[in-house]
Amino acid sequence: MTAGPTLEVEGLSKSFALRRGWTDAVARRKRPAHAAVDDVSFQLAPGEILGLAGGSGSGKTTLARMIIRLVEPDAGRITFDGVDVRSLSGRALRETRRRMQMVFQDPYSSLNPRMSVGAAILEAGRVHHQSGSEHPEQFVARFLDFVRLPAATARRRPEELSGGQRQRVAIARALAVGPDVVIADEAVSALDVSIQTQLLNLFLDLRDELGLSIIFVAHQLSVIAEVADRVAIMHLGRVVEVGPTAEVFRAPRDEYTRSLLAAHPHPAPLRASSKLREETS
Amino acid sequence: MTDPLLNVEELSIAFRQRRGELTVVRDVSFDVGVGEVVGLVGESGSGKSVSCRSILRLMPAHGVMRARAIEFLGRDVTKLSDRELRDHRRHNVGMVFQDPYSCLNPTQRVGEQVAEALRVNAGMSKIDARARTIELFESVGIDRGAERQRSYPHELSGGMRQRVMIAIAISAGPKLLIGDEPTTALDVTTQAQILALMSRLRDDTGMAVLLVSHDFGVVAQVCDRVVVMYGGRVMESGPVTQVCTEPQHPYTRALLESIPRLEAAGRRVRREGIPGQPPNPADVGEGCPFADRCAHASARCSSVDMSLRPVGPSHVTACPFVGEWSDPPGATESSRVGGPS
Repeated sequence: MTAGPTLEVEGLSKSFALRRGWTDAVARRKRPAHAAVDDVSFQLAPGEILGLAGGSGSGKTTLARMIIRLVEPDAGRITFDGVDVRSLSGRALRETRRRMQMVFQDPYSSLNPRMSVGAAILEAGRVHHQSGSEHPEQFVARFLDFVRLPAATARRRPEELSGGQRQRVAIARALAVGPDVVIADEAVSALDVSIQTQLLNLFLDLRDELGLSIIFVAHQLSVIAEVADRVAIMHLGRVVEVGPTAEVFRAPRDEYTRSLLAAHPHPAPLRASSKLREETS
Repeated sequence: MTDPLLNVEELSIAFRQRRGELTVVRDVSFDVGVGEVVGLVGESGSGKSVSCRSILRLMPAHGVMRARAIEFLGRDVTKLSDRELRDHRRHNVGMVFQDPYSCLNPTQRVGEQVAEALRVNAGMSKIDARARTIELFESVGIDRGAERQRSYPHELSGGMRQRVMIAIAISAGPKLLIGDEPTTALDVTTQAQILALMSRLRDDTGMAVLLVSHDFGVVAQVCDRVVVMYGGRVMESGPVTQVCTEPQHPYTRALLESIPRLEAAGRRVRREGIPGQPPNPADVGEGCPFADRCAHASARCSSVDMSLRPVGPSHVTACPFVGEWSDPPGATESSRVGGPS
């Protein structure tokens, strides 16, 4: 694995203003604010998969969006490859965003319904002047191959594809601009279990093949257990616990992490069939 | 086994389309005993949701359901008159859906909505209904009921809204509560609370529960028995621990193997998963709908008879070749592997 750039987040905070009710006005209170993300710090090493877990409203998505500056932070530092991301603008910001791509939860709304799959991937590559994008067919085929879709998919439109296939296209489009970091925001949450597994394996393959670093946002702890090297557990805007996934899940230190793990439903483990084991051994 | 409450026999559901009919459920049979909690598991498009709605004869306008029988306490639901059907819906079965927010009236206080159900379904007076609402709130775990009943739906959290929905569903004291993915939109901690609530209501009132879910973990936690559906057919059904630990259908086994698990943390072994994708209802015909994704499939599977065969006590499978790739239940008792310690 090649040593790529490191992403570092320090003391990142964001609050959203709430409506000022008339009682607040009478009492001359300031407009109340909700701290969505509160003083969060972490590091993402090259080639690492960091899981970001927490309940709804814990600030996972806001944090993910702040990193690529889709949401402007109130305070804190984001350092990527030695550069302060918050000070960037114009061309330099575009370049940083190229290197940090996002894959969203809903592959139905994140793809343009009027664009063929090939056109969507090609456009992403052309906008960022990626090498090879002057040969559309080969360029698109290369990235479809990365996400294990046949080259013929290029001619199809999102509506003809299943949820899992659409999500693969969204990943291919993210890869087409040559990122170092991929932020997957609940990217497998809307998919069926059998398709989920396929995509989790795909993310693992991409990390191994391309040396990508991945921030994997998910509310399902078991999904994070399958892919993440390290995990950060968020609660009410704060990171309450961070560490190697195996360690955090086997011996959680924080009360909230423990309650999340205790509430996680899982079926009883399969009893291995002796016939099946013979086949596989 | 308990006394039978619901018995669905050879249910088929089709949607009328411009050209012919699209069959989405084929020959589905399952039953629920009095006070039993049964899970209906399947991936999207497996037909689990429409199947459970057939018990209330809730069908979209273009839906056509045919069944040998849908018996509820010995009466065939498919043969009820409009008036009888209304009584069946009011008194026998309560239903809770995935999204409580879209089921509640946003302009009405939640207490009024529960009281309305009580007046209409149980024929209570306004005053009685108001008092009973507070009792119901207490039984579904909403504390400070007198205060909370004055809230509007948007003022409550998702879990609280789902509790209100459950209060409405059980207001007429139904014998069966159907939950159609009732916890899918909720956080895991809230989900655990709602599942515990449903179990407690069963214990307190003896009401049976039919829980429709895509999540085997959820079903394993609260159900006595489970029915596994795929491509509009029942693949396997049986006691939940049996099915989870010694599945007798290749689909159930593959599905269980592909579920992400907490114990995987730090293990760095990839799950095999199931290749391909769930079938489009239009492409499902005779034979096993799982055949083209199944590791054990052969040519004979495309024409196989999908009727359910017994493999253990109240455990049935649609795969006639199960003995060729798996051991009979209980044979591997001593060789238990994996799992949380």
